Amino acid sequence: MLNFELTREPRATNDKPEEWTEDMNRLDHTLSQLKAKGEKALITYIMAGDPSLQETEQLVLELEHAGADVIELGVPFSDPIADGPVIQKAAERGLRSGTSLRMILESVRHLRTNTQIPIVLMAYYNNIHAFGEAEFCRKAVDAGIDGLIVPDMPPDEAGPLRGPADEAGLHLIFLLAPTSTAARRAYVAKESGGFVYYVSITGITGAKLNDIAGVRDNVAKIRKHTKTPVAVGFGVATPDDAARVADVADGVIVGSAIVRRVGEHGQDGRLIQEVGAFVRSLKAAMQPA
Amino acid sequence: MAIPDRHGRFGPYGGRYVPETLMPALLELEEVYQRTRRDKRFQAELKHYLKDYVGRPTPLYFAERLTKRLGGAKIYLKREDLCHTGAHKINNAIGQALLAKRMKKPRLIAETGAGQHGVATATVAAMFGLECEIYMGTEDMQRQALNVFRMRLLGATVTGVDAGSRTLKDAISEAMRDWTTNVRTTHYVLGSVLGAHPYPMMIRDFQSVIGREARKQILAAEGRLPDGLVACVGGGSNAIGLFHAFVPDKKVKLVGVEAGGLGIESGKHAARFAGGRPGVLQGTMTYLLQDDNGQVNLTHSVSAGLDYAAVGPEHSFHKETNRAQYTSVTDDEALAAFDLLAREEGIMPALESAHAIAEVMRSAPTMKKSQVLIVNLSGRGDKDVQQVARMKGVTL
Ligand SMILES: Cc1ncc(COP(=O)(O)O)c(C=O)c1O
Repeated sequence: MLNFELTREPRATNDKPEEWTEDMNRLDHTLSQLKAKGEKALITYIMAGDPSLQETEQLVLELEHAGADVIELGVPFSDPIADGPVIQKAAERGLRSGTSLRMILESVRHLRTNTQIPIVLMAYYNNIHAFGEAEFCRKAVDAGIDGLIVPDMPPDEAGPLRGPADEAGLHLIFLLAPTSTAARRAYVAKESGGFVYYVSITGITGAKLNDIAGVRDNVAKIRKHTKTPVAVGFGVATPDDAARVADVADGVIVGSAIVRRVGEHGQDGRLIQEVGAFVRSLKAAMQPA
Repeated sequence: MAIPDRHGRFGPYGGRYVPETLMPALLELEEVYQRTRRDKRFQAELKHYLKDYVGRPTPLYFAERLTKRLGGAKIYLKREDLCHTGAHKINNAIGQALLAKRMKKPRLIAETGAGQHGVATATVAAMFGLECEIYMGTEDMQRQALNVFRMRLLGATVTGVDAGSRTLKDAISEAMRDWTTNVRTTHYVLGSVLGAHPYPMMIRDFQSVIGREARKQILAAEGRLPDGLVACVGGGSNAIGLFHAFVPDKKVKLVGVEAGGLGIESGKHAARFAGGRPGVLQGTMTYLLQDDNGQVNLTHSVSAGLDYAAVGPEHSFHKETNRAQYTSVTDDEALAAFDLLAREEGIMPALESAHAIAEVMRSAPTMKKSQVLIVNLSGRGDKDVQQVARMKGVTL
């Protein structure tokens, strides 16, 4: 018997790219467009408010310009247990510039007058909890946020966010790790929306990626459980890393390597230019041969 | 109802708020712990070490002169200060080291505030031949310099943490990062009833020997249950350890004492139940000192072991259900209690435990002479002698 659901033709690649419309999640739209073109997503992370929210807005536009497909905005938290020293310091700078989650939503709303690039927030649970889970989901989507990553909230604890996020159309993006068991892969892959975030190393952000074969294996295993794209992050630091990861996953997430440059050039007037140049080099390395 | 439930919840508190990398390790730990706690060989082994290595049971001592001096309730001290290494922390460290051996993890890590848990972990690591690294805030390393040297003498690596408030909270974050990186070979010996499930439950169980002994001892001494129990609450392990066996005895009042620092009004304290509200820190949902945006506040206490922004989730549950009452005493009150116990009983308490004594100085005089209080003397004060000298303006 024919199953029309499964045999539906993939969208022909010579189609004109479909325009984003307001009823679509930007993340879904962008990732499916890239897939149709056979390209991989470059997902770039910066810390909101580092060195200031105004510069964050400029950086987002520059990242898009330089070839980023998705923006991940970190929300500075006082006790970031999943982050290495580079992002810890960025969070301290973000807090010192007085950045709060409410202000970040306002910045995103402002950015939306200039760009429709998908924006995902990465926030620790207590900042969301203090805001109020349901209120956060409504206001985030209203401001123009497409997805949420909470590094200290496995899907097992996502109950209070699930209903409001689904209702608002906010993707909850969950993480899998090299230590994840088969049972957790099945569970987390099914719960994750937008993309599945595969953590390429057993460790914290900013550590070194050295086992690309392991990454390839794990991404393949995750794909058995879901059609949702799989993006790989933690430890992708160089254009060469980005190329190797693009080879095995749907998306490449680069955080600490960009944030380090923000830290180095936050005060010397070369911030936008240096970060842009680095992201261009990542994007160039990811182009299919 | 048994608490926590199978999701590690004490009512709305507790849970498992950790990066995915740690989830498999927590699930394994829970599974191994649930299996071993019912294993007679494990229980026999634990009992052996608690008796012959730690020196349990610890005495329940009637503090006659302190009682007379305060002129009210009869005061008994549960002498956890007489445990090997000088505090209750080793009850838990031994239990977790035995579990680590069963999980074939050759390396132990721990955080420490006052240094007592670090010393306890370094001690059992030496005794079982395990590698050991201790994380400690640099502020705490300074005020507990003696314990830093003790840990090093025991063969542990002590790593200073120079982030945030440079105290216990930052040491826990760093230990969690180490665990996330080395989880395959390393067991994280968390030192209080904090963190993600199963830690708050497991550490409570290991510490509950305190209350089981005290219950038997007071029945033997007085022929009845006490009217109240008093213990200091940092993360809350010595308090839960004393309270647990008495929780069903509804007539026994349970009092936890938090660090009031320079006074609640000053904002410089660690009294979570006076100044906090529920939130998530380092793996668990619980009362937390935080600002409106959910950023964790800096805390202050003269006592490094109480200087922490969150409290064990089971205490939040006892607070909410009114089974326990929580109060706070200031740095100065704790120091006065330190002096009083030294002069009246010849016992120098840890500054943490001095907080519990200070609460008794307030409550005992208001009680009848026929009434009975048990205070948990969670540790001895030798480690604090330099700090006390500093507070008194004495140079040694
Ligand atoms: C002697 C002593 N008492 C109490 C504490 C506080 O911890 P908890 O509340 O877990 O008993 C400490 C912690 O370092 C301690 O060393």
